[in-house]
Amino acid sequence: MATEIHAVRRDTAAPATGRPAMPGLLALAVLLLVLIAAPYVLYPVFVMKVLCFALFACAFNLLIGFAGLLSFGHAAFFGGAAYITAHTVKVWGLPPELGILLGTAFSATLGLAFGALAIRRQGIYFAMITLALSQMVFFMALQLKFTGGEDGIQAVPRGHLFGVIDLNQTMSMYYTVLAVFLVGFVVIWRTVHSPFGQVLKAIRENEPRAISLGYRTDHYKLMAFVLSAALAGLAGGTKAIVFQLATLTDVQWQMSGAVVLMTLLGGIGTLFGPVVGAALVVALENYLAASNLPVPVVIGVIFVACVLLFRRGIVGEIAARFGGKRP
Amino acid sequence: MSTIFGIPPQALFGQLLLGLINGSFYALLSLGLAVIFGMLNVINFAHGALYMLGAFVAWLLLTTAGIGYWWALLLAPLVVGAFGVVLEKTLLSRLYKLDHLYGLLLTFGLALIVEGAFRHFYGVSGQPYPIPDLLRGGQNLGFMFLPNYRGWVVVASLVVCLATWYAIERTKLGAYLRAATENPVLVQAFGINVPLMITATYGFGVALAGLAGVLAAPIYQVSPLMGSNLIIVVFAVVVIGGMGSILGAVLTGYGLGLLEGLTKVFYPEASNIVVFVIMAVVLLIKPAGLFGRER
Repeated sequence: MATEIHAVRRDTAAPATGRPAMPGLLALAVLLLVLIAAPYVLYPVFVMKVLCFALFACAFNLLIGFAGLLSFGHAAFFGGAAYITAHTVKVWGLPPELGILLGTAFSATLGLAFGALAIRRQGIYFAMITLALSQMVFFMALQLKFTGGEDGIQAVPRGHLFGVIDLNQTMSMYYTVLAVFLVGFVVIWRTVHSPFGQVLKAIRENEPRAISLGYRTDHYKLMAFVLSAALAGLAGGTKAIVFQLATLTDVQWQMSGAVVLMTLLGGIGTLFGPVVGAALVVALENYLAASNLPVPVVIGVIFVACVLLFRRGIVGEIAARFGGKRP
Repeated sequence: MSTIFGIPPQALFGQLLLGLINGSFYALLSLGLAVIFGMLNVINFAHGALYMLGAFVAWLLLTTAGIGYWWALLLAPLVVGAFGVVLEKTLLSRLYKLDHLYGLLLTFGLALIVEGAFRHFYGVSGQPYPIPDLLRGGQNLGFMFLPNYRGWVVVASLVVCLATWYAIERTKLGAYLRAATENPVLVQAFGINVPLMITATYGFGVALAGLAGVLAAPIYQVSPLMGSNLIIVVFAVVVIGGMGSILGAVLTGYGLGLLEGLTKVFYPEASNIVVFVIMAVVLLIKPAGLFGRER
């Protein structure tokens, strides 16, 4: 890998392994309070959408921000899990928690296969390979019987969580999604601050050196890829339950592009950046859908502006300006 | 009527021809990608959008100014090339010192803008573009019917690919280019204007995409989405071929087009994914690509 994937890196005197730093915990507490109160202020379905995409973006960020691998095919994991969850819940009649778990497991398996292929090449090739493989998943979703082709899988029942909590109630659905998001977020948090996460950072910074130190970098990269794919699947499966829908939109390459943008806009390699980015992009798409402006053009302009003007993203810029420390 | 492997020869050769046509576009586009990557170290995600732009320029020339196919064949690549030069000068050139992935992200954003703008103004439905009078009709080859225009596309793309290969491998300018790919600093020290060469290379690469767009206009309809689906397959082609060699990119393009055609005959359900499956196999056996070397 070349040396400068993002400017954030220069000021990452990464905290030693072990406990996360205090400002980070404070930010997490604030985020938690905001999210608990959010459905009383904002439209709950909107916040649930934000949460699903925030988890998706965080999963993606685990790969690019902490292992330096740009996957352009994460839609395959997000959408693939959405299809599996929707199918198992609707046709097999499984409870939602099992459906989501199966979706996640599917994405992890897919991630293992795709990751094993993609890590054989680096940098730009890695991005192209993941993109091509995810396009394969797209065509399969288009052609296979159970995915419903252009219609997707619709009217997926939300069902009862653990057989007791009725997810058709908006608030119980909301707090379920929040719980899923928090689980995913804490997993990522722990991963980043674990010795495993430190090795990933070492690989990102200087792979040959990590190899010379005796780390089997391919194993680490593959593990990060599988973890990222599984969490993206968790987000996708949850999304399928919330919106009772799995469609081709979820597996399209535009979805892979959207998650790249969310992460880039919020701040690659920051823990909270993808959450902020996802909230902004989802809000923007909602807003633009009502207006007459062409959405892809606006998204494209933001993309170009991010790459040219602020590569650290919003959270990265804030962190760099105040104290030079990452949240 | 005789059959080959249980398939009537008409259908077999028909699909092979279709595969060859697709292969021509794969070859032209992956050639452009390879040339640009060699010089700029950027994977041009906007390549598909610029291919679409080429087709649209031809269509607009015809519908608004009445300028026909043959002039479009010259003008559209020039317009696309000029657009590419502007993009390189104003945007891409700011990113050379950064990680190559930023080039990919920038061109991805550009692709969204170009494609989104055309979609906004022209919708997603395709616009028909007539085949030029000179190339109407077809030849009966005995075993199959060959429409003249399709034959022309195959010949034209072959000529362009070979000419590009010749220009890069056998001329003095090409030698400068190859030298600058290897070691830009040294070449600049010898008094060659490397930044200009970089700009010209990008312009030439995207002009090839524009040319492919014009060639494609009468076969496929001119639609804003024609590039985005193609470019992902071309990426797979590039991964399979490796970007180390010009001839490799061209050969892989034609080969995979033919293979796709064959798949359509024998197992149509898999025709969309066969290129990706081959990519996976190649990655397992020879990770650097068939003609590539690890960079």
